[in-house]
Amino acid sequence: MPLSRDELEAIAEHLLTAEAERREVPSLAKTHGELTLDEGYQVQDEIIARKLEAGDRLIGWKLGLTSREKQKAMGVFEPVYGALFASTLLPECEVKTGELIHPRVEPEIAVVMGEDLEGPDVTPARALAAVRWVLPALEVIDSRYQDFKFTLPDVVADNTSTARAVTGARPVPAEGLDLATVGVVFVKNGEIITTAAGAAVLGDPAIALARLANHLSRRGQKLKAGQLVFTGALTAAAFVAPGDVVEARFASLGSVSLRVV
Amino acid sequence: MALASDRIAAYAAELDKAERTRAPIGPLTEREPDLSADDAYRIQLAWMAMRRERGERVVGKKIGLTSHAMQAMLGVFEPDYGHVLDTMVVPPGEPVRLSELLQPKVEGELAFILDRDLPTPCTVLDVLQATRLVVPALEIVDSRIADWKIKLPDTVADNASSGRVVLAERGVRPDQLDLTLVGMVFERNGEMLSSGAGAAVLGNPAAAVAWLANKLAQFDIQLKAGEAILSGAVTAAVEARPGDLFTARFGCGLGSVSARFE
Repeated sequence: MPLSRDELEAIAEHLLTAEAERREVPSLAKTHGELTLDEGYQVQDEIIARKLEAGDRLIGWKLGLTSREKQKAMGVFEPVYGALFASTLLPECEVKTGELIHPRVEPEIAVVMGEDLEGPDVTPARALAAVRWVLPALEVIDSRYQDFKFTLPDVVADNTSTARAVTGARPVPAEGLDLATVGVVFVKNGEIITTAAGAAVLGDPAIALARLANHLSRRGQKLKAGQLVFTGALTAAAFVAPGDVVEARFASLGSVSLRVV
Repeated sequence: MALASDRIAAYAAELDKAERTRAPIGPLTEREPDLSADDAYRIQLAWMAMRRERGERVVGKKIGLTSHAMQAMLGVFEPDYGHVLDTMVVPPGEPVRLSELLQPKVEGELAFILDRDLPTPCTVLDVLQATRLVVPALEIVDSRIADWKIKLPDTVADNASSGRVVLAERGVRPDQLDLTLVGMVFERNGEMLSSGAGAAVLGNPAAAVAWLANKLAQFDIQLKAGEAILSGAVTAAVEARPGDLFTARFGCGLGSVSARFE
């Protein structure tokens, strides 16, 4: 049975309250029944609308479940998409765990759009041509669900676990970069945790960007010039605790670090 | 107690026969539970001496067990090394023949082409200064030990599980890139299997080469101008099957290297 408007708003309220009160909640499948993927995006739309009403600003988008490992673990072949807000982006390279439930950090390649990109049928080459800058980035994810346990519609409803984000200080022009072979070294407290290359994101971050544009088009939206896109995690997320310092070092892009307090 | 020299020679001959007949043998460590890494290296050197006598030439060295994951699997805290002989090098474009191998697996690596001998003790900067080019490489590892049931001394004696080597025809000078940040995408038949960056190799592939230069000094062996040094796998080895095409694509202008198996 399709979700009623009231039910959809109740779920959005439920998740926003969990976020505001920094309280983890059981998977929606347990508390509100199984949602469809489309209903997950409807809840996300409601959450976006409420954040904008409260004075926040939509600054871009992010992808989740972009790695083979995560897609296999979830049994899916499609990434998920969420919104980035002005309040998401950290002004300094410092994240306060006291504001979050159980944060984890992932290294990503972020891009700033130089022109609008509207689907359907956006190709990776077309997507890349619309990019102005590429930036090294770290995303702090913080699922509102207990133990990061969720179904695909659940995580979509929860704005794909978006919590905080930070980019490096130096934007790099996209021209001439082969994002698939850009290496990244993920370091925590001076120790290398893991390494990867851009191809870890769906084969190429440009593919992720094209899929995002096509996804937005299906929902009557487009990527706009000036918007920021986090293209997806390059490695598994790192657990963090106060006192930790995590850093992502990229070939050609420089590095970005985050102090956890 | 060190292994007697007749036993060293016997094990070297056994590995040699296993390779030539493609009939794997049981782990040496099952028969010699106390086999030390040093004795295992003596077996490897004895085997390589046999092969040099038959006319094979040493054209490089290979470093193995450079990742935390591999070291943890074998319970060791340092890499190992083996010799690269001219007979192991497959020119790019030519197929790798499975009929010549036992149980091959493929790894993507960076190779250092030296144009100077390395001094000892050796530093990372010595390695960079002695390197003419860094080139993409595929290493096809193989084991003469049945089912890859290896402990450290087994793989050391077995020439660090050497098989074949494919080196790209072009590379990049070491002052043109940051070896720790070079990305690698490892593909089989066009499908991405894994990705990594140079730092996966002991934090820096050049540090692995410096480690090797220092390790070899113990055996009075020097890394020489003209040699190709394979610095260690960036991501995990993957089994090769007939018809497979493996490609390692690198960032920083290094390009790629491929190997087709038949």
